[in-house]
Amino acid sequence: MAYLELHNISKTYGQGDYATEVLSNINLSIEEGEFVAIVGFTGSGKTTLVNLINGLLEPSSGEVLFKGKPVSGTSHERGVIFQNYSLLPWLTVEQNVLMAVKEAFPKREKAVYKRKAAHYIEMVGLTPAINKLPRELSGGMRQRVAVARALSMKPDMIIMDEPLGALDALTRGTLQDQILNIWGKDKRTALLITNDVDEGIYMADRIIPLRPGPRATLGPEFKIDIERPRDKTEMNDNESFKKTRNAIIEYLMDIGNERKSEATEEYVLPDLTPKDFVYQFK
Amino acid sequence: MKQSITLGKVTKFMGLGFLSTLKDLFTGKLEKEDFKGFLRKVVVPIASILLFLGLWHLGSQSLYNTEAEFKIEKALNDQGPEAAEAMRECIASGDISCQPNTLPSPAKVWDSYKSLLKDHQIISADKTEFAEKTATLNAKRIAEGKEPIVYTGRPSFVDQIFRSLKTVFAGFLLALFIAVPLGIFIGLSPTLKSAFNWFIQIFKPVSPVVWYLLVFMIVKTLLIDSSEDSSFTISFISVGLCSMWATLVNTAMGVSSVDKDYINVAKVLKLGTFQKIFKVILPSSLPLIFTGLKITMSVGWMVLIAIELLAQSPGLGTFVWEEFQNGANDSNAKIIVAMFVIGIIGFLLDRLMLFVQNTVSFEKTDAI
Ligand SMILES: Nc1ncnc2c1ncn2[C@@H]1O[C@H](COP(=O)(O)OP(=O)(O)O)[C@@H](O)[C@H]1O
Ligand SMILES: [Mg+2]
Repeated sequence: MAYLELHNISKTYGQGDYATEVLSNINLSIEEGEFVAIVGFTGSGKTTLVNLINGLLEPSSGEVLFKGKPVSGTSHERGVIFQNYSLLPWLTVEQNVLMAVKEAFPKREKAVYKRKAAHYIEMVGLTPAINKLPRELSGGMRQRVAVARALSMKPDMIIMDEPLGALDALTRGTLQDQILNIWGKDKRTALLITNDVDEGIYMADRIIPLRPGPRATLGPEFKIDIERPRDKTEMNDNESFKKTRNAIIEYLMDIGNERKSEATEEYVLPDLTPKDFVYQFK
Repeated sequence: MKQSITLGKVTKFMGLGFLSTLKDLFTGKLEKEDFKGFLRKVVVPIASILLFLGLWHLGSQSLYNTEAEFKIEKALNDQGPEAAEAMRECIASGDISCQPNTLPSPAKVWDSYKSLLKDHQIISADKTEFAEKTATLNAKRIAEGKEPIVYTGRPSFVDQIFRSLKTVFAGFLLALFIAVPLGIFIGLSPTLKSAFNWFIQIFKPVSPVVWYLLVFMIVKTLLIDSSEDSSFTISFISVGLCSMWATLVNTAMGVSSVDKDYINVAKVLKLGTFQKIFKVILPSSLPLIFTGLKITMSVGWMVLIAIELLAQSPGLGTFVWEEFQNGANDSNAKIIVAMFVIGIIGFLLDRLMLFVQNTVSFEKTDAI
């Protein structure tokens, strides 16, 4: 029995004529301590999949099993880093983290909470900004607060929904390393959603494409057999990296083209012949 | 240096940013590029005020002449040329008995303003004198367990302003304590929302006069045994009920439309109901709640005048009505003074609300 299992999941939004099946027939299993990445185009249903796993949404059919038990509602065992940080703008960095710590470890002393929060804020290198409000921080800093908040609950599994999608390339690189560092320390199970193939390959043990929706399904998985800790610059010359990268991109391009050709088929062109204007002037 | 920063901040905070520009002008700190802003923020308003006063002056002059000519003509038609001549002289001499009764000029209004202030000084002197005189007597009466003697003289204009402010604040607090909690409950529960919706839709547009009558009916019966003057109670409750709807609707809307991301955070962190309401829902709906409270404050101040007038509760409304009934020579001018006082206080109340809002809420709102 795997740590996290998804059996024949499908998810439909809306009802009746307005129903759209966003996800269809999703099967996935993740082992304990594994780092899995899912790549997919925007709008293919990645956030929907994440919310099914963290318990914010319920599947229309199929079941999600976490440690063998069906998921119902959210849990402190699964920490979430949202796509758009979702920090509470009226709370400082410390207060945002404290809120999570207090919920995850009820009935402790105030000093204990403060110490825990300070620890996680230090871990992401934000101690100097501890009393700042989110709007006073850069995008990268905000995302680090979100990381600290998710980790501070000591979740068994950490679920990241395009955590670095809105950041510039340099900040992105640093944060990738930071997340990997933290993950490497106690090897928690991790699920990373991303739209960047390189990021997936750099960070994950296994990378699975999500075919574009509606009725999105998971594609074939690609194993990344590159030794950790990985080195970005070295990896660019690594044969295995190149091969995997090309294979995934080719796969994604193919399904992209497939979708395009499907789309063009839908247009029925009217049966018209262009008028011969030139004829009139002869 | 530090002081100028804080002054600038505070005035900007309260939407009175032009004050700091004015200060920069006098301290010589104004930069060249600020000059355009200075023109727009200081010179243009002053020019428009002067223009307004000028037009007002001309308008009142022309109304005065129309009325004067009508009076002379009437005297001529009714009583003959001699009476007309007498009337003309009477008007020219400035005699109170025959002055045209029309829109007063700015100068007259200013004179009335000064006379109202003087009147206030006389009355307060009178009051202190009375307090001194009765001090020993009252101490004795209290010792004997009797009611102390209180000043029952006519309230001055300034007293009435404070009385009105007291009424409006009492009404505002009533609205706050009813509308905000109720709005939160309605916003949280779709069931309560449909239970209260008809109620809100029907009572929201009811006019202040009707609210007053309704409150009057109820309070009069409830206080039937008490000999005390219930006009204050009636007017502040009417003001509160009349003005609370904006806050109720805005609070309910703010609470029910909290950003889904924040709700998701609350769910993922598994916040309890209490935490969720006080740490997530309320802070995120504060801007809307304050928008409602600001409307409540201005509606309250606006309906106050009408309600005081009906309730015969001393205050600006009663002042205006009494002056109108009075028909003395400077009554019209006093009414205009009251109008400006009402307007300026309304404006200051709005700025006060903005200040509180910007202090409490995480979002900064600019003054309009
Ligand atoms: N609450 C919802 N109701 C209806 N449709 C939704 C809802 N949430 C997402 N969708 C639709 O589902 C699809 C997938 O959305 P999402 O999971 O957010 O994609 P991604 O995260 O991959 O960009 C989109 O077409 C979106 O419009
Ligand atoms: Mg998404």
